[in-house]
Amino acid sequence: MAYDMKMDKHKMVVVEGSYAVAHAVKTCRPNVISAYPITPQTHIVEDLSQFMADGEIPNCEYINVESEFSALSALVGSSAVGARSYSATTSQGLELMHEVLFNVAGMRMPIVMTVANRAVSAPINIWNDQQDSISQRDTGWIQLYAENTQEISDMTAQAFKISEDKDIMMPCMTCMDGFILSHVYEPLVLLEQDITDEFLPPFRPDRILDPRNPMTFGAFADPNFYTEFRYQQEQAMQNALKKIEDVASEFYDMYGRHFGGLIDEYRTEDADIIIMAMGSIIGTIKDVIDRLREKNVRIGLLKVRAFRPFPAQAIMNVVRDAKVVVVLDKNISLGMNAGALFIETKSVLYNTDIHVPVIGYMIGQGGRDIPMSTIEKIIADAEEVMRSGIRTESQFTDLKEELI
Amino acid sequence: MKIVPGAICEAGTSRVNKTGGWRTFKPVYDYDKCIKCKLCELLCPDSSVRPKEDGYFEFDYNYCKGCGICANECPKSAITMVLEEK
Repeated sequence: MAYDMKMDKHKMVVVEGSYAVAHAVKTCRPNVISAYPITPQTHIVEDLSQFMADGEIPNCEYINVESEFSALSALVGSSAVGARSYSATTSQGLELMHEVLFNVAGMRMPIVMTVANRAVSAPINIWNDQQDSISQRDTGWIQLYAENTQEISDMTAQAFKISEDKDIMMPCMTCMDGFILSHVYEPLVLLEQDITDEFLPPFRPDRILDPRNPMTFGAFADPNFYTEFRYQQEQAMQNALKKIEDVASEFYDMYGRHFGGLIDEYRTEDADIIIMAMGSIIGTIKDVIDRLREKNVRIGLLKVRAFRPFPAQAIMNVVRDAKVVVVLDKNISLGMNAGALFIETKSVLYNTDIHVPVIGYMIGQGGRDIPMSTIEKIIADAEEVMRSGIRTESQFTDLKEELI
Repeated sequence: MKIVPGAICEAGTSRVNKTGGWRTFKPVYDYDKCIKCKLCELLCPDSSVRPKEDGYFEFDYNYCKGCGICANECPKSAITMVLEEK
């Protein structure tokens, strides 16, 4: 299906990315918001706090908590009683939530949380990479990555709809690159209240915590039962593969905007070289592709929007006829000398009839700038791989050897 | 039996697990000292202190884990923790 974006210029406003997210959350009519400040996420909860003070979010409780651990724990309670629950965090804050992330997923609570992606300490660094959310990939949260501020705003409504689906009931992290998206002012269409009320029905879970009808939530499961709960979670993730696509299409039908489902493609039809990446780097890559296409380099982009569940089949379909796949990762799995998207892309191609070489680059760590020239250098490497095979499978990008 | 996603079930199902076996010390009352203040009943984290008809209390050893909070908090030292002998 071809998507023809119908952006209505009269509806566009210039706002900060964090404001767009906060506005989208407001539009989704949350019942409980927990807030703990951490750069570069803070503007989101500050804007929500302002909305609360102005009486713009009816039937909602805004809870100031004393840590990120509490921020998410508070939402475990609120989600259990049937409240649409939201928080936002990043970096060390997300890592502090680690234990609770598993609980939320295991208790099947469709909490939505924005992660303003930031590097992790030490050394302390407040700038963007995606190590924080990537490090939480096994917690059972759906993870979506946005390319620009319009997408992260729209993704918020999609995330609630995906997560609250009865066949899924899993939490969702919507990830936006810290500063690059959270603090940038761009023109966009704020999430429309009238359409959203139709798109996103009220949250009505089958079972709620209610003193009039006491239930146990997150009960003890001994070895006779535990495996089956884990299996159900995996099934829910598999159900989400289709739901993410369906919700993106439904969103397009109602709002006229589409940034991909599980993945998105750009000029991939006849591409020999496919670049894979997630997040705000997508815009830079598209510009590089346009420039190189003028020089007849057959190159296309595979934007990965859903990292969990991992869109194995969708990726296979795109890279099947490529001659080389280049994966850019704003993270590293230490001890593998490789980024997560690279590792997992390679893993889903093994045991198939697709034998395309895959090379990986760890890029933009701790917010290091990624100029077009760096992407062009990587593509020159990829052309060399097409000619003479892989020399280096995975490597750091723009490493300053003189500092070491 | 079918499991429900999120491990949601009826309340009170943990009663089938008699967890008193975890205990090392057990609390014992000296009713001559007890003033029926109810602190032990209120503070027991496992609802294992039960009121009796005469206003005194007794322990439900099926679930008491011997944490000793009741003995520690009793204003009259009417509760003693005694080593369990199996």
